[in-house]
Amino acid sequence: MKRGFTILAIVTALLLCFALYEALIAAPTEQTMGNVQRIFYYHVPSAWTAFVLFLINFVSSIVYLARRNVKADILALTSAEVGVVFCTVVLITGPIWARPVWGIWWTWDLRLTLTLVLWLIYVSYLILRRFSTSGKTPVIAAVLAVFGALDVPLVYFSIWFFRTQHPSPVIGDGGSLDPRMAHVLLINWAAFLCLAWLLCWTRYRLEFLKREVEEAQALESLMETSR
Amino acid sequence: MSFLDITRATLAKDIRLEWRSKDAMNAMLFFALLVVVIFSFSFDPTAEESRRIAGGLVWVAFLFAAVVALNQTWARELRNQVLDAYRISPAPATPLFFAKALGNFIFVGIIEALMTPLFVAFYKLRALGPGWELLPVGLLGTWALVINGTFFAAISLRTRSREIMLPLLLFPISIPAILGMVNATTAILTGEDPARFWIALLVAYDVVFTTACLLLFELILEAE
Amino acid sequence: MNSMHYLYAAYIATWVIHGSYLVILMRKYSRVRKEMATLKK
Repeated sequence: MKRGFTILAIVTALLLCFALYEALIAAPTEQTMGNVQRIFYYHVPSAWTAFVLFLINFVSSIVYLARRNVKADILALTSAEVGVVFCTVVLITGPIWARPVWGIWWTWDLRLTLTLVLWLIYVSYLILRRFSTSGKTPVIAAVLAVFGALDVPLVYFSIWFFRTQHPSPVIGDGGSLDPRMAHVLLINWAAFLCLAWLLCWTRYRLEFLKREVEEAQALESLMETSR
Repeated sequence: MSFLDITRATLAKDIRLEWRSKDAMNAMLFFALLVVVIFSFSFDPTAEESRRIAGGLVWVAFLFAAVVALNQTWARELRNQVLDAYRISPAPATPLFFAKALGNFIFVGIIEALMTPLFVAFYKLRALGPGWELLPVGLLGTWALVINGTFFAAISLRTRSREIMLPLLLFPISIPAILGMVNATTAILTGEDPARFWIALLVAYDVVFTTACLLLFELILEAE
Repeated sequence: MNSMHYLYAAYIATWVIHGSYLVILMRKYSRVRKEMATLKK
């Protein structure tokens, strides 16, 4: 187990360095936006990674509701938390990109707005997990995750239609993408997926240990009182 | 007893209880009036501008009034340990939930019905589009808020900071519905675009979440 | 502001966010390790 983790950590570090090089130096400079466009190589893969993580959260929540498997619950919590971290990156890099290109800090761009709503939903999920006093918090959280997932297509369509009525700047690829840029984009995505895996693995381990400690502590206080 | 029988019985009980404690209802209505007045002082547009922003204003006011109302309705159940009674009773949880949602729908609907003429007066509102379409928008929008609101209010019962938990959970999930209500209302008032897409979105939202709430409430009630 | 500054700001912000998260996780780890040690006694 430990060795796998170390290998993943090394591979991730190497991939991230390579991806950084590709993004900053090897990738061709975009014509209209110049070098600022390179933010794209961090902004877009972070969004895709966040979406993958939220998909994992949805699936593990369903598995938990069906089987009440503790590992599924821990995976749901982990993927939600790491997903929120990646979402935060998207929400910070987006405005930093929009400012020099469009002169505004925010735009109701489809991807950016969808990311904002997902961030809100999953932060509320994490807060529920923290504030819940029920013994069956995992069940309640899983139900909320299902609600969030059901909401996503509705959010997508509502923003899409809103944009057709209120057109606003699009952050990122207008449409066709230079194949060399697509190549760099995919490399960065692979690097971020590895990073996400690493972060999830760490968080998962942590949660596992935390729960073992809590159980041991509960057992100990039970034994103390029965003495 | 069938689903409908249980729903009807529970709903009748809730309405009777609500009617007996008219204080809560009156306080709620006064709160709604205050909201309208404060909004009218804060946003004082011309008649032309008001048509564009009234949709958003009215629905935000309804949203906050609804949250206050929803927080109230479960609080009474908690005080009298009604939830434990629900859990022990052989009746399935779903019709009980549905009755609660219907009761809330009526309660919030009355509040909205009282706030609306005030808004119309303060903002000199007049629909340039098909005004009758505002009724389905109102019904669908209110149902969207109430069905999820009742569900999340039940979830919030087992959390710290219960009152803040409800809007915290409700608002993000309601974003597509809010977009729908606000834009449909604005479209009808300004008469510029058809509200049809937004109404369809509200219908889809209501169907999806009513189904989800009815199917999953049992799990929430059991979570002790 | 030179547009290159925005580029650097975005990349640095990304790493600050991921780095902060890792630091938070590491701190929680050492706290859990400490609790495990006191339990074992």
